[in-house]
Amino acid sequence: MNTHPYIIDNPAQNDFRLNRQTLVDPEILTLEKKRIFDTCWIYAGHDSEVRKPGDFVTRNVAGRPVIMTRDSKSEMRLFLNTCRHRGAKVCRERSGNTKRFYCFYHGWSYDNDGALAAVPGDDAYPDSFDRSELGLTEAPRFEQYRGFWFACFNPSVPDLETYLEAAKEYIDLVVDQSPTGTMEIVTGVQEYDVEANWKLLVENSFDDYHLHSTHSTWLEYMKDAGVNIKVPKGEGLVLPKRGIGKNLGNGHAVIDNVNFRGRPVATWISIYGDEAKPLVEAAKAELVERLGEERAERVANTNRNLFVFPNLMINDGSSVTVRTFWPAAADRMEVTAWALGPVEESPEMRKVRLDAFLTFYGPGGFATPDDVEALMQVQQGIAETVNEVPWSVMTRGIAKEGEQLNSDELHLRTFWRRWNELMTGAEPRAEAAE
Amino acid sequence: MALAETKPVAVGISRSEVEDFLYLEASILDDWDLDGWLELLCDDASYLVPPNEAPDADPDDTLFIIADDIHRIRSRVKRLKSPDAHAEYPPSRTRRLITNVRILESSDAELTATSNFSVHRFRRGGKGGVYVGRYIHRLVREADGFRIAERRVILDAEELGALGAVSFIL
Repeated sequence: MNTHPYIIDNPAQNDFRLNRQTLVDPEILTLEKKRIFDTCWIYAGHDSEVRKPGDFVTRNVAGRPVIMTRDSKSEMRLFLNTCRHRGAKVCRERSGNTKRFYCFYHGWSYDNDGALAAVPGDDAYPDSFDRSELGLTEAPRFEQYRGFWFACFNPSVPDLETYLEAAKEYIDLVVDQSPTGTMEIVTGVQEYDVEANWKLLVENSFDDYHLHSTHSTWLEYMKDAGVNIKVPKGEGLVLPKRGIGKNLGNGHAVIDNVNFRGRPVATWISIYGDEAKPLVEAAKAELVERLGEERAERVANTNRNLFVFPNLMINDGSSVTVRTFWPAAADRMEVTAWALGPVEESPEMRKVRLDAFLTFYGPGGFATPDDVEALMQVQQGIAETVNEVPWSVMTRGIAKEGEQLNSDELHLRTFWRRWNELMTGAEPRAEAAE
Repeated sequence: MALAETKPVAVGISRSEVEDFLYLEASILDDWDLDGWLELLCDDASYLVPPNEAPDADPDDTLFIIADDIHRIRSRVKRLKSPDAHAEYPPSRTRRLITNVRILESSDAELTATSNFSVHRFRRGGKGGVYVGRYIHRLVREADGFRIAERRVILDAEELGALGAVSFIL
């Protein structure tokens, strides 16, 4: 094990290096769970996954098995999925609707607001046995922003909206695609493992620098389909032509790009099919009417890959994907990805959206498998070479004044700086360009 | 007498004809003869891998792992033949075992057959995995044999998990 610091961060000398030990060492992962996943707001799920009273889904959040449910009074709850008696999970289905959660081991059951409802043979317990103290344990904090629910296992943190800082504006840009501000998770979850450290997927999910070398076959596919893949030139663009990378505070960051490869809410491309053309135009017209020309243009004609520290990506481009991941080991992560769309979307446009999703994203897409392969190659490359090759270089754009491009690495450094602060107690640091 | 020959649903088509076709497809795919595989497809063929938790879903309203029409199938093949399809370079070695073939429906023009598969995938360094599930082929009878109108590949695993990706033709 090398004994270097996690990062060398010296913007004045144009130096930023990452200690590769942070990507391979199981002891660092143990610390990350305590200092990052137990202290930050962690994405748990979306409003639309539990629409009706009694609806529930089960999954892991910050490594913990949880039940996310809407109780009979419609209140959202996040329970730790463990019986208060001897610990078995009280819900084993992926999703469903119930008034009660039932532990089959000794038969304890709980109402969907968590209250302990029935204990078989409770006459054997002493007088001090207090049912009111033995309800399902809830996450200490569970809050939402525009339908995205987050949990925090540290009770004494500022509220979610404070935590999100400027990431809120970018969530707004995603959600404003819906006429009523109501997005929904589409049926069909993608759950797959990547044999790589979780932080490599943070980097990869909003790293525009790798597009041309890693995804040339996807670019070729778009070109073959008649899509103009050239970066737009000229005046009047909503953003600089190459797109920008931005620090959004608290470790959150974004790459923000002018759209030029089609979006179901804004720009028709040939892949969508002729029938979809008037539908895409109607979606854009609705945005203009509701939001005004300028805001509509911002919502419709820019793409964003939004990173919410530490493990949520919302990629809003040719389609919207919500992706979260958890480190099962230092060299393996479990990824969960969903598609997100406006609830009002017509069946025809929903089909276009899902189609657009699959051309790029997911374990059968034309791009994601190559990302997965790249991350595995990194992990294999560094695992046993950290002593001889301790550093990765992450200085793209660091000497630049003013805006940073999406193919620079300011947004990656933003993640790593926050990660380092939480892991070591280091003072926050910024670059001259910020 | 083979059981299939006694079943009234299998009008004029024996199970062994269908088996021969499925074995041929399996061997073409294991050989990575992807152009040869395209020749087995109808001009409007589709290739579907539904999400693990919703095997019977419709790709129009559900996020699939793969939902290709013929255009995207051809693009997929073009991509897989490129050394820049990094997830499949070098191409995975695969071996398909197909069993339990049954004809579910048939008419003079087409039939639907189901079969069980295990597809063993090997990558350098002991990587790979075993994909287990069920094919549902909709086959059209043409003068020179069957063509595939739709192939739905249903994975039995609860989630893709350690299999990671479906980067080759499953």
